[in-house]
Amino acid sequence: MKLLVTETKLHLREWPLLLFTVLLPLALLVVLGLSIPDFTRADAGGERFVDAQWPSMMTLLSLLTLSCSALPATLVTYREQGVLRRMSTTPVGPGRLLGVQLLINLGIGIVTTTLLILTGALVFGSAAPRQMGWFVLVFLLGTAALLAMGLVIASLAPNAKVAPGIGSAVMFPLMFIAGMWVPRDVMPDVLRMISDYSVAGPFAQALRDSWAGQAPQLLHLVVVAAGLIVFGGLAVRLFRWE
Amino acid sequence: MKVIEVRNLRKQYPNHLAVADVSFEVAEGEIFGILGPNGAGKTTTVECVAGLRERDGGTVRVAGLDPATDRDELRRVLGMQIQSAALPEKIKVWEALDLYASFYPDPADWRELLERVGLGPKRDTAFKKLSGGQRQRLSVALALVGRPRVAVLDELTTGLDPQARRDTWELIEQVRTSGVTIVLVTHFMEEAERLCDRIALIDAGRVVATDTPAGLIAQVGGEQRLRFRPSAPVDDALLLALPEVREVSRSGEQVVVTGSGNLAPAVTLALAHHQVVPGDLRIEQATLDDAFLALTGRKLS
Repeated sequence: MKLLVTETKLHLREWPLLLFTVLLPLALLVVLGLSIPDFTRADAGGERFVDAQWPSMMTLLSLLTLSCSALPATLVTYREQGVLRRMSTTPVGPGRLLGVQLLINLGIGIVTTTLLILTGALVFGSAAPRQMGWFVLVFLLGTAALLAMGLVIASLAPNAKVAPGIGSAVMFPLMFIAGMWVPRDVMPDVLRMISDYSVAGPFAQALRDSWAGQAPQLLHLVVVAAGLIVFGGLAVRLFRWE
Repeated sequence: MKVIEVRNLRKQYPNHLAVADVSFEVAEGEIFGILGPNGAGKTTTVECVAGLRERDGGTVRVAGLDPATDRDELRRVLGMQIQSAALPEKIKVWEALDLYASFYPDPADWRELLERVGLGPKRDTAFKKLSGGQRQRLSVALALVGRPRVAVLDELTTGLDPQARRDTWELIEQVRTSGVTIVLVTHFMEEAERLCDRIALIDAGRVVATDTPAGLIAQVGGEQRLRFRPSAPVDDALLLALPEVREVSRSGEQVVVTGSGNLAPAVTLALAHHQVVPGDLRIEQATLDDAFLALTGRKLS
């Protein structure tokens, strides 16, 4: 418990990181939502881009930043500086520290997503996710899969200098394929098919569907769950304490 | 009572044999030194003792526990300061102690420990901002905060300036009085000589000798060397006639006398007898370095 408190305090001291994981998605939601007229124009079904599509994209942005950059950066630094090794001389062991790190990153993801929902409601009058049960399930499943991917990145990165590079090399293609710059609706068929199997793509789509009030597609849930199993298995196999 | 027993320890890494055959025993309350050059297998040895690495052969017991099978219990009786292991940069001194104290069932009062290692004024300082000596003192405190029976300190003073090194030595001498058994890994002869009750000299994965510092030096014959500049010419035969003297040599005006026993008084007395004053008189005694050289044929550092 004290480990969780202390590590949370340490995380808050790294406030520049929080700018990227918390404030950037919020700022993009508001600034682009207000400045691009198309974002607030209702489509045939009466839904605006800023209601479900854009906030679920921002949720993904926050979670990808956490799992591709924040989590690996912390873990690789801890490994490199011998923090994990030091822990392994105590009765608590380094496994607990790893668990606490995952918990903290999940916590930041939850806080950011909650803020996105509240901000959307305040600024644009958007509704909270309409299928809340599905939304929470999808969120937890997808976040777990992405954090497991972050553990794999941390295992592969040889040192703390390379870790951010690897993180970015993973994150930006995923953001693209998930529809950050070209929404999935207008993607060419081939691209959308690739997107459907990219873990981030189906995760974003499932978040959006449940946000807009539909049940997520089975395919998308299966791909995200498969991502969790694959990355989780790899993380267990590859993770290095020193 | 033996608190640590190591018999025929062996550890093979993929490319080389780090520990070939190491045996030693450490008594309760002792400061036991493991001394040897870099790469001798010292760190691997204590890592096997602390259960951080799995040994390939031999037996190890720490307070009756086998590090290979009783890891969890071992963590509670053995505190360890590892070479080059750090803390998160922004953790404050008190937070680190408070956190590590929470890992143990019956921890020491960390506030008192903080004062004892002389970090009271640095309570709220981030780890990153501590000097090398302060970091090592915090490291010692963290190794002791769980009230261990055994504390392993690995290369505690490597990389410290002479003042910080001396401060750290004083801290270890203080810790000794609290009754904790200490295993000190070092490649500094001076450090081992000053702090340790007994020393195991390790070279190339084997124990070369185990004894008190004085005992080790005595093993190589306890030779002494006297250097001086005589005020008047001295005949070598005059000095060689003394039973304590083994050899006399000269370098320039300087006379170097090698021997044992009460060499210094015997020589100065003989000189005085012939109205010769030994100027710039210096006495050099054998050191652990010499002992190591004699036992292995190699220099320690």
